[in-house]
Amino acid sequence: MSRPSDHIDSQPAPAGDGITQPKLGFVGTLRWFWRQLTSMRTALFLLLLLAIAAVPGSLVPQRSSDPNGVTQYFTDNPDLAPVLDKIQAFDVYSSAWFSSIYLLLFISLIGCVIPRTKHHLQALRAKPPKTPARLARLAGFTTRTAPAGTDAAAAVASARTLLKQGRYRVALFDSPREFSVSAERGYMRETGNLVFHSALVGLLVVVGFGSGFGFSGQRVLVEGQTFVNTLLAYDSFNPGRFFNDTGLDPYKLTLDDFQVSYETQNLDAFGQPLDFSALVSVTPRGGDAQAGKVRVNDPLRTGGTSIYLLGNGYAPTITVRDPQGTVVFTDSVPFLPQDANLTSLGVVKVPDGLAEQVGLLGFFYPTQAETTTGSYFSSFPDLTYPVLTLNVYAGDLGLDEGVPTSVYNLNTDHMEPLATRTSDIKPLELKPGETQELPNGLGSVTFENATPDAAEGDYSESVPRFASFDIHHDPTQGWVLLFAVLVLGGLLTSLFVPRRRLWVKAIEQADGSVRLEYAGLARGEDPALESAVAALADRHTTLLERSNPAPKTADPA
Amino acid sequence: MNLNELSILSLYSAMAVYALAFIAFSVDLAKRSAAVSSAEATTAPGVAGESSAAGAVAGGTTTLTRISARIANDAATPYGRSSSLRIGVSLTVLAWGLHLVAAVLRGIAADRVPWANMYEFAMTGTLLIVTVFLIVLTRTDLRFLGTFVTGLILILLGIAAVQFYVEVAPLPPALQSVWLVIHVFVASLGTGFFALGFALSFVQLLQFRREERVDTAKPGRLKFLKTLPSAATLENLAYRTNIIGFILWTFTLMAGSIWAERAWGRYWGWDTKEVWTFIIWVIYAGYIHARATRGWRGSRSAWLAIIGFAAVMFNFGIVNVFFKGLHAYSGL
Ligand code: HEM
Repeated sequence: MSRPSDHIDSQPAPAGDGITQPKLGFVGTLRWFWRQLTSMRTALFLLLLLAIAAVPGSLVPQRSSDPNGVTQYFTDNPDLAPVLDKIQAFDVYSSAWFSSIYLLLFISLIGCVIPRTKHHLQALRAKPPKTPARLARLAGFTTRTAPAGTDAAAAVASARTLLKQGRYRVALFDSPREFSVSAERGYMRETGNLVFHSALVGLLVVVGFGSGFGFSGQRVLVEGQTFVNTLLAYDSFNPGRFFNDTGLDPYKLTLDDFQVSYETQNLDAFGQPLDFSALVSVTPRGGDAQAGKVRVNDPLRTGGTSIYLLGNGYAPTITVRDPQGTVVFTDSVPFLPQDANLTSLGVVKVPDGLAEQVGLLGFFYPTQAETTTGSYFSSFPDLTYPVLTLNVYAGDLGLDEGVPTSVYNLNTDHMEPLATRTSDIKPLELKPGETQELPNGLGSVTFENATPDAAEGDYSESVPRFASFDIHHDPTQGWVLLFAVLVLGGLLTSLFVPRRRLWVKAIEQADGSVRLEYAGLARGEDPALESAVAALADRHTTLLERSNPAPKTADPA
Repeated sequence: MNLNELSILSLYSAMAVYALAFIAFSVDLAKRSAAVSSAEATTAPGVAGESSAAGAVAGGTTTLTRISARIANDAATPYGRSSSLRIGVSLTVLAWGLHLVAAVLRGIAADRVPWANMYEFAMTGTLLIVTVFLIVLTRTDLRFLGTFVTGLILILLGIAAVQFYVEVAPLPPALQSVWLVIHVFVASLGTGFFALGFALSFVQLLQFRREERVDTAKPGRLKFLKTLPSAATLENLAYRTNIIGFILWTFTLMAGSIWAERAWGRYWGWDTKEVWTFIIWVIYAGYIHARATRGWRGSRSAWLAIIGFAAVMFNFGIVNVFFKGLHAYSGL
């Protein structure tokens, strides 16, 4: 079978091999090394090593899947983290040691599969092997006496037909008084095994290279905003190694409406989200806008990309005016949700237009409630009683130093707190549509109501929402799926197709009768072999009896 | 009483009946030991005789695995019909019925598949373990595993009821997908086969030690083992059970990837749960390889099956609850 020499069905190496071997020489050493690498034992060892090596990545946060977790880990374990980082514990699955294990495994795999494939291709064309001299030692061995008048050669010929019908490959052999048919089936078992292992290689290759040709990017859109699929329009963009941005299809994506629904009937799950739907319109270049929908678990595929709904929240519209009433800032500012009831945190920076630079640190409560100690929290994620509180700072926003700053972060190191929980003036508190003066006569701030005409007390649409989208392009995904299907198909074939040999022998006895012998040999797991031999013997003798309706002489052996 | 309360009632009843079944199966094991002792008493002092017989069995079965893998009840001491065994099976079937009712009622109460949080997953997963066991019983006599299966179910259901219970809640958007139905169901089914394979591998190891001891004429303590199939037969049974589990697990992995692509935009991202699913897959691939590697068939490969199942339990019980990841699934 050209299997590794330590495969359970291989012949053990002749005694003395490897013990009395003199000098191997360079080529000999290489060959020895290669044989070790492609042995079953090495494959097993590497598989188990791979399993063990994968464990640490589940114990320590990974940069690839949880970058914030890694940052947190560094904060929590300042001594341990750098050491772990040295051994690539935060990048386990791309680490040198993890990669070398699976690369070795796949080299071993290729080294194992190629000779087996060659051998199997030959086996597919070869005739079944010669019938063994003595069948008695083999599985399911059984004998029958052919009906009187049966010709040994004819008996074997009919067995051959029977086996061929059973999709066996057959070969006839005869010696002076012995005729036999040797049959083999189940080549698909080995084929399946080879397809399985080769498809694993394919999978590794497309997964390894595939990500290099794609990209992923993120973009936040407030209701009503539009995004054009170009490099600059992304909030963050992670191209693969071989990605070329001329491949971007500049379609337009508009978030028309973001719909949410929350549980209100079942008190055990009160406030739990039931549905998030981003209603969008997509305008292909030179085409007309088409309505579409993006939901969790239900991406929108367009322009060679897939658009996923990643998150959502509120984007209160905030306007800042100078003391004369001139607008110096107005925008819908995405606030980051902090908890399940969407208490949200956001920042407004007003660098120009006022007497000083002003920073606003805002908390938004879609349904405001108060604890016994007087602090606010949100008790429901939808807009029942929205309240915005703003801490006001004045001074240097730190924007002029050329260091990029996050829009979600306010650096108050060089700012004076004018209205905070600890200052004399308490934070400003606004409901939709309300305006308040900024301290020190700096101007005013307004929390705009998106639906000023709604009925008194109906705030359900008063604050715009935002959705964050993840936009991906991975040209090799189809290949990955194809190889995965091959893996599964190969596996099923190789584990469930029995590969077996069957033999039927007809021996002319001295008294002129014909003795029939049947036996089989499993090649790999084959629980049904013995019953298959018995069934063949039964069918064959019935067939012979029918074509030779002689008086009953069958030996009940 | 609403449907969910009925479901809980039914589940607790099922647990009570499983406990009775467990007792019946344990009585049967005790009876087996007694039968072995009395058989020994009648053939005493012929320890040597037993030894050679067992030797023949062991010798015979090595060729049996090579040439054909017929499932024979090749127990060293044949063990006839047993009323406690029949009672055990009947009680298990009854408990299974109650268990099924509990799962179905929970599903109707929640208006969706009953496997969307740890509690429900434990309930449905254990139901599938018993289902697999009962179906396999119609083809092969594995009733001697009754103590193990009912014991495992009792422990898991006990933990689920006490630690994991949550009220009926609607599916969060992240779990609203046909892939929840497919992926989780196939994973549970695979777990059912792995559980049985684990039990068989475990008994195989015990049996192997007994057979070794018989060869050196040292008596062992677990007498009932003599009424069970030989280590080689147990190994074949374990292998067949485990490869079905492995195929289902392979499918779980792939279905999970497809779902991950739809939900998170990438088919694979080494999330903790993905990592453990992968580890389990690799361990069982190792097990299958070990069976085909000279020097590893037998006890060594059995250990891999045991480690594999330990990883499955770890993945369910520990990773879900204590590890951070995207699979915010436990509902706790
Ligand atoms: C990526 C690593 C590998 C994985 C995940 C893997 C997995 C598997 C699985 C699941 C099977 C059983 C199903 C089947 O027969 O198709 C199998 C069988 C087999 N594998 Fe691998 N394998 C790997 C690497 C290798 C390597 C490196 C070798 C060569 C040394 C090898 C040689 C074999 C052989 C000979 C069989 C047949 C076993 C038998 O006769 O039952 N495999 N492998």
